[in-house]
Amino acid sequence: MPGNPDTTGLPVVSIRGLEKSFGALAVLRGIDLDVARGDVVSIIGSSGSGKTTLLRCINALETYDNGSIQLDGVEVQFRNDEAGRRQRRNEWELARLRAETGMVFQLFYLFPHLTALQNVMLGLRKVRKMEVAEAKSVATDWLSRVGLADKAGSLPSQLSGGQQQRVGIARAAAMGPKVLLLDEITSALDPELVGEVLAVVRKLADDGMTMLMVTHEMAFAREASSRIIFIDAGRVAVEGAPGEVFREQANDRLRSFLARVSHL
Amino acid sequence: MLYHLNFGLIWKNIGKLEWGLLLSLELAVVAIAIGVVIGLGLALIYEQSSRPVRALVSLYVEFIRNVPLLLLVYLVFYGIPTVVDIRYDGVTSFLATLSLYAGAYLVEIFRAGLAAVPRGLTDAGRAIGLTPLQGFIHVRLPTMFRVILPSLSNTFVSLFKDTSVASVLAVPELTYGAQWINFNTFRIVEVYAVVTPMYLIAGYGILGALRLLERRFAVS
Ligand SMILES: Nc1ncnc2c1ncn2[C@@H]1O[C@H](COP(=O)(O)OP(=O)(O)OP(=O)(O)O)[C@@H](O)[C@H]1O
Ligand SMILES: [Mg+2]
Repeated sequence: MPGNPDTTGLPVVSIRGLEKSFGALAVLRGIDLDVARGDVVSIIGSSGSGKTTLLRCINALETYDNGSIQLDGVEVQFRNDEAGRRQRRNEWELARLRAETGMVFQLFYLFPHLTALQNVMLGLRKVRKMEVAEAKSVATDWLSRVGLADKAGSLPSQLSGGQQQRVGIARAAAMGPKVLLLDEITSALDPELVGEVLAVVRKLADDGMTMLMVTHEMAFAREASSRIIFIDAGRVAVEGAPGEVFREQANDRLRSFLARVSHL
Repeated sequence: MLYHLNFGLIWKNIGKLEWGLLLSLELAVVAIAIGVVIGLGLALIYEQSSRPVRALVSLYVEFIRNVPLLLLVYLVFYGIPTVVDIRYDGVTSFLATLSLYAGAYLVEIFRAGLAAVPRGLTDAGRAIGLTPLQGFIHVRLPTMFRVILPSLSNTFVSLFKDTSVASVLAVPELTYGAQWINFNTFRIVEVYAVVTPMYLIAGYGILGALRLLERRFAVS
């Protein structure tokens, strides 16, 4: 992506010993994960295993208890104060860091009062501080990349689910994020609309966008990702190239998970 | 005895009603403006605060909403100056009262509105890097607006009608103008036959203006 300096071979996202509990419920219990530039990593795992929580921790929508998440070598949510104590960053610092990670949501969450074009422009104007003309041209460009040039003036309520989700992708990708986080972005769609959205993701992958996606689309994960991780009991239980992971028989939990989703 | 309608004396004094209507509208606009600031501010404070602060906000809301406006107007105009060394005219006193009154009703509306904005939408704003203030201005406020505009319209029209209470402090708004003409000409039927449509038309004017806004924000 433009604007992403290639800082040698450092991973874009580097997660170590990530722990997160909601009250007594320990959801993440020591996640280790590296995502290299241009990698497309799919996260699979059963419902409630913490996949969404992991993504939300990466772009600081959720805070975590222990461990570290680094984005291009910068600790995302915490910093050390003068006395060397770990401090959570304030909301303004977090906002700046969040702009470096894009997020696409299961339920789209387009801004309902803004047109498709304005949805994509908002972050460019207010966060990237672009002039109207520049923001408009970048946003228009992204809308055509997701195949919606003709829908620029439409409100979300006038778009199909698949179209809304493509606007959602454009909104996140236009910011030029270091990594795009996709959380089950096709699971709220009618089956016939899934393909158009996956095609866009596929194209982004081919263009070199670094992506971390939670998905239940096993066929797509297998075909589009460079790596797959299976989360179980709050840890990365299995990790590898798609071929290896789907062939993996050593892990019972993965085997039963795959058996279950293939029946969906 | 037959009552002979005679509008002549009303037209002679129509200036009183015109100025009265203008003052009524001014009172309403200022009270609504201050009320919106109070309402939105307290709704946000309520949302962000712990129990004791919330209880204070609720106390204010409940107190105002359960005391008749007329009583509040007397309380502020006659009551407060006897306790504190402060002096104000009818207009100032009434404006203060109506603003506080408006604020109490608007807190409830804004609170419900803010709660109706889906969490995911706020998150979507944060995810593209909006600061808390930017997220509030560009995501929560406009989304909330679409939800609350109908109840906002009702409240604004009510507040406009409530300006008639100012007549008890001899504030020369529309109702006071009517009472003055009534008192000085005894054309009671005629004066209210003229004033009632004035309230109606102005009320509809306010509703119409808000409907236009509503259409701009509302998305089917
Ligand atoms: N804000 C929260 N407060 C309390 N518990 C939460 C919260 N968010 C998530 N959880 C719990 O944490 C666990 C993990 O949730 P998460 O949404 O990350 O799972 P998931 O793997 O994304 O599941 P799914 O496949 O159903 O989307 C669940 O048990 C969930 O109920
Ligand atoms: Mg999830």
